[in-house]
Amino acid sequence: MELRLAGLHHGYGDIEVLRGIDLDFPAGRIVCVVGPSGCGKSTMLRLIGGLERPERGEVVQTGEPPPGCLNPLTYIFQDFALLPWRTVEGNVRLVLEDHGFGRAEIAGIVDDVLTRTRLSEFRAAFPRQLSGGMKQRVAVARALAVSPAFLLMDEPLSALDAQTRELLLDDLVDLWARERFSAVYVTHNLREAVRLGHRVVVLSRRPGTVREVLKIDLPLDARAAHAGELETHRSRLWRLLRDEAQAADLELVDG
Amino acid sequence: MAERGDGGRPVAFRGGGFSPRPLGIVGPLVFLAVIAVWEAGCRAGLIPPLVLPAPSEALAALAHLVETGLLWQHLGASLQRLVLGWTCGTLLGIAVGFSIGLFSLARAGLAPVVAAIFPIPKIALLPLFVVWFGIGEGSKVATILFGTFFPTVVATYGGVDNVDRSLIRMGQSFGLSWLSIVRKIILPGALPAILPGFRISAAIAIVLLVAAEMIGAEFGVGAYILLAGSLMALDELLAGVAILSVMGLTVNWLIARTERFLLRWRT
Ligand SMILES: Nc1ncnc2c1ncn2[C@@H]1O[C@H](COP(=O)(O)OP(=O)(O)O)[C@@H](O)[C@H]1O
Ligand SMILES: [Mg+2]
Repeated sequence: MELRLAGLHHGYGDIEVLRGIDLDFPAGRIVCVVGPSGCGKSTMLRLIGGLERPERGEVVQTGEPPPGCLNPLTYIFQDFALLPWRTVEGNVRLVLEDHGFGRAEIAGIVDDVLTRTRLSEFRAAFPRQLSGGMKQRVAVARALAVSPAFLLMDEPLSALDAQTRELLLDDLVDLWARERFSAVYVTHNLREAVRLGHRVVVLSRRPGTVREVLKIDLPLDARAAHAGELETHRSRLWRLLRDEAQAADLELVDG
Repeated sequence: MAERGDGGRPVAFRGGGFSPRPLGIVGPLVFLAVIAVWEAGCRAGLIPPLVLPAPSEALAALAHLVETGLLWQHLGASLQRLVLGWTCGTLLGIAVGFSIGLFSLARAGLAPVVAAIFPIPKIALLPLFVVWFGIGEGSKVATILFGTFFPTVVATYGGVDNVDRSLIRMGQSFGLSWLSIVRKIILPGALPAILPGFRISAAIAIVLLVAAEMIGAEFGVGAYILLAGSLMALDELLAGVAILSVMGLTVNWLIARTERFLLRWRT
């Protein structure tokens, strides 16, 4: 399954947030979206996943989601969005309960994703007992449980400290190597973008337009060994973003 | 400040206070001391029995109530009204609170009505309920029901309003049904606001119970207190008040247990 944005426009009241976005999201690839804060990255992701209706333009899905897929467009949120009153296991079960599975089937899927994300030991823990990194791993497990066609990730590592972020970044690279998932990965962190992105979309400041799409051909699992090449990409992205970010920073918040 | 060998001084501690510690035995001790002073005052003749009877006399009145079996009759009648009125008022209140929290039409239509009736002391409506529902059980239960309904509505829809929107959005993004979102996300999310509302409504229910039983009731703690008062039997009156206190404490304890059980996921 693939996604295409065609002439996407959106705004809130008088504020134009996104202007004429045309983008392709291929299957089995991670597309990172970077841009200065407030340029409409989160808005774009909400439009892609159908949580909001675009003012103009459309989000088109081509091809069928893979068989067994319960929720084709699945989010991973910056603030994890775990139910504090459910255990790790209960949080994963939540997204399976509405699909008419029997108890045994649900338990099977839960066991499987908890094993894949190495969370089995923590299945009975409540979110408050977990560190930020573990919470986000639970959110990843929950997303995997519905076998998504696309993962929509909105700054999934931004609430974490630098070390945890590094660990989780490695986890995501491993996960992609094993599962070849498709993803739209929104971030403001250029290092994350060049580590994970097969493509990096650079948005301009508000109203967000596509400034450039950078293709990085280096395979994900080889990137750790090619720090130099990644750094070249990163500094190129930074040059593109720098002026935008500076200008965005000087704007009044509700101006 | 003590000089040290190396010429340095320890930094003075200034971070204490402002965090009450539990001191378990102090409460009961104060309670016992007050009773003891009171009893001693009565025995020494400092407190005339016509003004305030001794605690031992109130205890004797209580013992008499138990012996004659009247305690269970009064308590039974009171508890029946309390449980019936409070349960119905709470269930209705939660239902209406959820409608106001979930449906724009219910909010636009009902929230102003609730806001207008909420501040009326329901005791003022007691005579009206006697006219409507008769002098018997009807008016008593209705008063308690009415009194508990409004605080529950307000607590419930405040709780629904305060449920973390990002959790609801998460539920929608995973394609959960409307009913699942309400049952599994909004209800537990509103519970921390609904349960403290129970304390308030229970306290109101006990006040209204006593008031309602002072009008045309044969049995009930309120009726017993009213009768004792009109006969100037202050020992019996105090026994009745003690029963109310125990009743209030028990209800609070039950609610605290429920809260601890249902909200055990919190720190
Ligand atoms: N629900 C909303 N109502 C009004 N304005 C909004 C809403 N959501 C986002 N905005 C505005 O749209 C702009 C883009 O927001 P967002 O997509 O969150 O940016 P980003 O994620 O790139 O930082 C911001 O100026 C923000 O204030
Ligand atoms: Mg954002």
